[in-house]
Amino acid sequence: MNKVNPDRMLLLKTFLGLMQRDLRVLSREIGPFLLRVGMQPLLFLFVFTFVMPHMAGGSPMAATGVGFGSILLPGLMAVAIMFSGISAVALPLSTEFGITREIDDRVMCPAPVAVVAIEKIVFSSLQSMLAALAVIPMAMFIPATPVYPDLHRWWLLAIVMILSSLLAGAMGLAIGSIVSPKHIGLVFSIIVVPITFLGCVYYPWAYLDKIRWLQVIVLFNPIVYISEGLRSAVTPQVHSMPVWIVLPALVGFLYILVRFGLRGFLRRVIS
Amino acid sequence: MIVEIEALTKVYEGKQQVKAVDGIDLSVQAGEIFGLLGPNGAGKTTTISIATTRTMPTSGTVRIAGVDVVQHPAEARRLIGVVPQYNTLDRSLTIYENIYYHCRYFGFSHGQARERSDELLTQFLLAERRKAYPSQLSGGLAQRVQIARAIAHRPAVLFLDEPSAGLDPQSRLAMWNAVQDLRKEGITVVLTTHYMEEADSLSDRVAIVDHGRMLALGSPQKLKETFGAQTVIHLALRHLDQVESLASGLRNQSGVQNVEVVSDGVRVFSTSSEGLLQELVHAASPHGLRDIAIAEPSLETVFIQLTGRDLRE
Repeated sequence: MNKVNPDRMLLLKTFLGLMQRDLRVLSREIGPFLLRVGMQPLLFLFVFTFVMPHMAGGSPMAATGVGFGSILLPGLMAVAIMFSGISAVALPLSTEFGITREIDDRVMCPAPVAVVAIEKIVFSSLQSMLAALAVIPMAMFIPATPVYPDLHRWWLLAIVMILSSLLAGAMGLAIGSIVSPKHIGLVFSIIVVPITFLGCVYYPWAYLDKIRWLQVIVLFNPIVYISEGLRSAVTPQVHSMPVWIVLPALVGFLYILVRFGLRGFLRRVIS
Repeated sequence: MIVEIEALTKVYEGKQQVKAVDGIDLSVQAGEIFGLLGPNGAGKTTTISIATTRTMPTSGTVRIAGVDVVQHPAEARRLIGVVPQYNTLDRSLTIYENIYYHCRYFGFSHGQARERSDELLTQFLLAERRKAYPSQLSGGLAQRVQIARAIAHRPAVLFLDEPSAGLDPQSRLAMWNAVQDLRKEGITVVLTTHYMEEADSLSDRVAIVDHGRMLALGSPQKLKETFGAQTVIHLALRHLDQVESLASGLRNQSGVQNVEVVSDGVRVFSTSSEGLLQELVHAASPHGLRDIAIAEPSLETVFIQLTGRDLRE
């Protein structure tokens, strides 16, 4: 019998087949998806930029001179991106690796196993981008003082969004394949909450200069670069980390997490 | 040869090193139904996992239609279909979609995938359940969907791991029929089982494995002839102190070919149990005979002959 040659067309078709499968599943879950994506930024904006300013002594960042909404917008976009990456990859993976081993049929598709993992990252990055974009209209309508993003540097926004979304998917892959399904619930309290609160989401990195040690430690948190990158793209009036630091850092973290995630994934599916 | 396994070993490292597969060589011809028979833990599942690219061998090679599964796993996967022991249907998709997207993963266009899925749903009598989700199916139905899905991309070989585990007798018969029909389509089938009836009635050839090694290979008929399949009569005794003298006495009995002393009594190998039973009962009674079990010639008795153990032990 002739040896079968792997052909690129088939690889592409397999990849698209996996994407279509995920799209089909997501289309059935559109309600929960919107809730998952929208609830957090909606409430955050409502409480911190609408409710608080109406109370005496209002805005927690009143002293800074920049509206808290402007600081919050890129931060909430960063949270939306990271949150989507984890819910779109880590949580489903933990069930698929669990008792049902549902991932098996996809692992058995005629492509290198890594393709299945990369498809997960790419598909989740699309969800992350949608989630981040959904924050923009909310910031325009909810706050007492509306926040309008500055989209002059749209190319920077595009680059940061793509890198950040892939990074979030890779983080989801790494978490989903390293943490055992039994402990996946803990991920939110021991990973998601700390990296969000220490991710320069609710304050710009520059403001940490009063607490030097913290300012240095958070540099190991990839969310910092997502928040700061978006900050310099969307709200240039707020002081942010220079782009020449943010972009290489995003690429570096992306590389590390993809490697980690792929290794964990392969270990899970091939014994 | 469609499947060629050479000097295959698999050692699981850990606190306790486990040699799951210990030098298995075998080849499967195109179009046959090949059974791997052995007790749980014999290395059947590991062998199949390696052949289906899901486990890396420690040494040795497996080739599917000439494609090495370790060197070219992605290519090998185009040639094989797999039905694992557990239900791995995609719980987020309907029955139809499970087959449809499987076809898409293998490069089928939308039209081809739809046509193939409809065809398989009809063939496996699943058309009415096309919109059901896997969690709504009984074990037997889920198994049928898994087989339909596994052959959807028209593989050359289908691997079935313990296909009747957990099935009720009726579903098991339906599954056997489905497997036999695959032969008509020219699909080679490799199945593992620890039910000797299954190996006996389904397979053209059977390999008997135990402790990661292959003990015998041949058609069920040939195995029974070669290993002098005999009726095995197990006599369980209360008093084991005089058991040796009972055994030597029984060896001289006409119709008895061999007698083995086992932990709870003796095992008598004979050409038939006709007329012999009364003699055996008579001889064993003074030793506190408490139970008799008779196994007619079958792959089960071949297995006992080869390993001195029961398949279920």
